[in-house]
Formats: sequence, C-alpha cells, structure tokens
Amino acid sequence: MTETLKQEKNSITQDKSDVLLEVEGLKKYFPVKAGLLQKTVGHIKAVDDVSFAIKKGETFGLVGESGCGKSTTGRTLIRLYEPTDGKILFEGKDISGLNEKQLKPYRKDIQMVFQDPYSSLNPRKTVGTILEEPFRVHKLYSKAERKERVEHLLEKVGLNPDLRNRYPHEFSGGQRQRIGIARALTLNPKLIIGDEPVSALDVSIQSQVLNIMDDLQKDFGLTYLFIAHDLGVVKHISDRIGVMYLGRMMEVAPKRELYSNPLHPYTQALLSAVPKSHPSEVKKERIILKGDVPSPSNPPTGCVFHTRCPKAMDHCKVEVPKLQELEPGHFVACHLYN
Amino acid sequence: MGKPENNVIQQQSDQTLGKRRSLLSIIVAKFMQNKLAVFGLFTLAIIITACVLAPWIAPHDPNFQNLRNRLAPPGPEFWLGTDHLGRDLFSRLLHGGQVSLTVGFVAMLGAVSIGTTIGAIAGFFGGRVDAFLMRLVDVIISFPNIFLLITLVAVLEPSMEILILVFALLSWTGTSRLVRGEFLTLKNREFVLAARTIGMSNTRIIFGQILPSAMGPVIVAATLAVGGFILAESTLSFLGLGIQPPRASWGNMLTYSQSVTIFRTAVWYPTFPGLMILITVLCFNFIGDGLRDALDPRVVEK
Repeated sequence: MTETLKQEKNSITQDKSDVLLEVEGLKKYFPVKAGLLQKTVGHIKAVDDVSFAIKKGETFGLVGESGCGKSTTGRTLIRLYEPTDGKILFEGKDISGLNEKQLKPYRKDIQMVFQDPYSSLNPRKTVGTILEEPFRVHKLYSKAERKERVEHLLEKVGLNPDLRNRYPHEFSGGQRQRIGIARALTLNPKLIIGDEPVSALDVSIQSQVLNIMDDLQKDFGLTYLFIAHDLGVVKHISDRIGVMYLGRMMEVAPKRELYSNPLHPYTQALLSAVPKSHPSEVKKERIILKGDVPSPSNPPTGCVFHTRCPKAMDHCKVEVPKLQELEPGHFVACHLYN
Repeated sequence: MGKPENNVIQQQSDQTLGKRRSLLSIIVAKFMQNKLAVFGLFTLAIIITACVLAPWIAPHDPNFQNLRNRLAPPGPEFWLGTDHLGRDLFSRLLHGGQVSLTVGFVAMLGAVSIGTTIGAIAGFFGGRVDAFLMRLVDVIISFPNIFLLITLVAVLEPSMEILILVFALLSWTGTSRLVRGEFLTLKNREFVLAARTIGMSNTRIIFGQILPSAMGPVIVAATLAVGGFILAESTLSFLGLGIQPPRASWGNMLTYSQSVTIFRTAVWYPTFPGLMILITVLCFNFIGDGLRDALDPRVVEK
C-alpha cells in the first residue's frame, strides 16, 4: 500500500523513475521528391516537435483526426521510421539514433498491434508459424517450449490452441486481431503500441478486444500507448490522453481531467463532437470548426490551429505556443493561458 | 472476462471447423476447375516423361544413319518415319525433346532467379538502388535482342550451355519489373512492418515474408517463359545457330523442312517436330493461364 502511495506522490512531483518512455521534441519529416533526379523539394511535417512521457503500467491514449501524425508518432517510436530529430528515451536510454543491430534488444521490449487485422498477418503462414517467428528471430527457447508458449498465448487471448495450424484467412477480423495481440506479447514486451487496434473492427468486437487488452495489461504488467481517433474508445481504455493536431501535441492530461475540463480550443471542439451516450445526458453546445485541416507540407505559421481556432488572436499567427503545465499533470499548448 | 471462457473457445472452433483448408489446397482446387489447364498439365506430363525416359523407350539409336531407309514414311518399323539420313524420327523427337525442354526450363530458372533477386532488391530498398537497377533494366530491354542473340551465338561456339546462358541473361527484365512491383506494394503491408518490429533482418524479410507472397505472378510468368524459350531455341536451331547436329533438337529437326523436295515427298518429317513444339508451347500457355487464375490473390486471400 505504501508503495503505491509513494508512486502516486512521485508521479505528481514528476519523478522520472517510473517513466517508461519519454519523448522529447520528436520530429518526423517526410521528404517530398520530384523530378528526374529525385531532388527534395519540400517536407511533410508529419510529426513536429512532440514531447510526452508514458509511465510504467499506464495506458496513454493518443488521439487526433486522420493525418494528424499520431500513427507516424507510434511508428517512429518503434523505429519503423527514422526520426528526423528528437529523443526517444526508453527506460532512460535514447534509442532514436540506434541502428538495427543495436536496436535488437529493444525490439523485445517495444511491440506493436496494428490497425488492419487483414494485412497484419502474413497470409502464407499458419498462425503457429507467425507466433513462433519472434522466438526464431531472437533465438529463444527450444522447439517444444516454443510450441507450448504459442498455445499458452492463444489461450490468453481467448482462442483455441488447436487453431495453431490454421491460416489467417480462416479467422474473423476480431480473431485475427487477437492473434495480432498474441504476437505482440510473444517477446514479453514492456510497452505495446496499439496503432488504432480496434478501429477496423465491428463495434461489438471492439469491446471484446479492448477487454482482452485490459486483462492482459493486468496479467503481464504492460504499458500501452493507445493510438485512436475514436474518443469513446480512448476514454474507455486510457489513463492519460494526449491530443494531437497537425503533427503537434495540443494537450496532455489525465483522462478525467481532459474530459471534464478541456483547456485547448481544439480539444473542446473535439469533445463537443462526441455523441452523447445516454439520452438524459445534457448535450453541450457543439463547436463546429471551419475549414479543413491545412496540409502538413505547408503548415500554418505560429500555432498550427490558428486557421480554424474560434478563439484565435493575432499573436497566435506569429508564435508557436509551448506545451506548458497549467495544473499538475495537465499540459496545454495554447496562448490563451499565458 | 478474467480468463478466456471455454464457451468462447468452443464456439470459435466450431465456426472455423467447416472451412479447414490450406492455401495450397485452395489453389489446387481452383486450378483443377480450369479444364484446359488440366489438359495442358496432363499432356505436358506425358511429353516430359517420354523425353526423360528416351534412352529406354526410344526404339532406335537417334543418331544411327541408314541411308537405305532415308525419308521412309511412318510405318511399323519407323513409327513416325525417318529423316533425310534415315534416322528414326520418333527416337530423335524424344531425344530432341530432352534438349528443347532442358533449354526451356534451365533458361527459365536462370532468368527468374536473376529477375527475382534484382526486382526484390530494387523494390525493397527503393531510392537510388531502385533507380539504378531499373535504368539497367531499361537499357537491357532496349537491346535489339534477336540480333544480339544471333551475334553472340555466332561468335561463341553455339551449344546448349551458351544458348541457356544468353537466354537467361537477356530475359530476366520482365520478371524483375514484376517482382519489383509486388515488393513495392507488399513492403508496406502491416505484416512486413510487424516482422520489422520483432527485429527480423532484411534478408529474412525479403525471402521469408515478402517473396512467398510475390511469387504468384512470377510463377505464371515463368511458366509462360518456358514456352517462349522453347520457341526461341527452335528458331535459332532452325537457323543453324542453336543446337548443332547430329544432336537432335525440335528446332534443328525442322531445318531440312526448308527443302521443297522434302516438303513435297516427306511431309511427315517437318510435321512431327513442328507439332511437338506447338503442343508443348500451347500446354505451357494453358497451364500459365490456369495458374494465373488459381494464384490470383483476390481469389486466394478472401
């Protein structure tokens, strides 16, 4: 008991000992190439100066509309993409500059569950082979032990271990996604990045998969980075939530705090768009944003949101707002609070 | 929902029990539906078996000349007649088939191996590597192939080995473009990304993950290519630039059909090798078409 109390205290005073992953000023620019010689003519700023930290054992939700860079953030963290700039501190060690060989031990610690259960499993391999692959790559366990572990994992995600010899096409979307989760678990990771893991599934299956992820978090002591565009799903699973817009982090706050007291105008607009879940709920006034999301290849100056912000001031067009801690644990990047 | 519930498991195994089929069995079943392709496979199997067993089933020595029997018509002694030197046509067809089929298959294997490797590297790594390799392909495609072939074979002593080498070195470009295209689409599929997140090496991803999925179109192209190489071998041998007599090949057996006398007096002599080429190439094309339908990922993966 005293242990947990201490931990809670630490998190408030921002002790870094319980931080699993810390991202500092992460940038990912994709070059735009044109012409015969493939000269770089510009950049798409998919992720631009994003910072946040994920504590051990928590679920950090990352939300934003399509194209805001949330998936790119996830994929850069797991080093599927080369970061343009910034630090990725995993257990205090910067993994942003490591090459594939140096990265290999960390591959065991950070795993990913993908969005599309239809393309995330190799159609030519049986489920057993797919789940054993991580062991083969890392040369872990004997043949018998591998088989045993695969069966155990399948059971853990609620599938019959006898289905080991089936091919992915023999499963439904929800079952495939559970196989994807089992694969992410094979190497006993510390952090699992869920890249919209339920957005391709039927609503009825979504809750099933979310519950499994919840159970596994307790059983394996996992930490999640949960990327989604569905605020309802994020609310269900997250402890803390980060809101992204056009490659930048707009607001980071604990779940309750964010839903009850959103500070950033973008977050306010986003939350006002959530349909009420119960008829008796008082519907808040809907904030409708004008226009479209600007192109990330040519983002607006100053605050990237100023072109659509109902509360924009002249100052917003000039200066980029810094992410600052307004209340303990509640960060916001907006000039309104200066 | 602490532990997986047994009824969930039960229900799922029931659901999936009915459609227990491996990918291969689906492909085979699909292929079998195509009558023409099955006919092609069957016929080709007979031809290949006969040619492989030529030393045992050929009734005569294919190179034994008997001028007293020159241009004998088909009959009980010589089933398909004899040629202008009195050699048994049937025996020569079987032995010649060995040569023609070997050229076709080995050249195909060579071309497909080179093409697949280069296409895989170009598609997987992209960027400058891709640009360089694809320009190389453009250059090779722009070669005047027939002239180059004839010149090369004329300069180097024509033999089966040289033919195979030249065919393989000039014909891999189509495969490489095909494989590159497949790799471009497959390398960003999530199962490939998943392989990278578990730390799999590039070599293993290319050959273990992507290539098996990219092989469908390659197998089709390879099948059609065998027919193409057999035709090319026949053409060169017909012109005297391919397989050299007395060794038989279906192509060089046609050489003497250029003579009007033979065409008028012994029409069976050019007819049989011509038919063999026609039937064999046709079989390969039928099989290729059947495989194209059977391996179509839209059919297989759903």
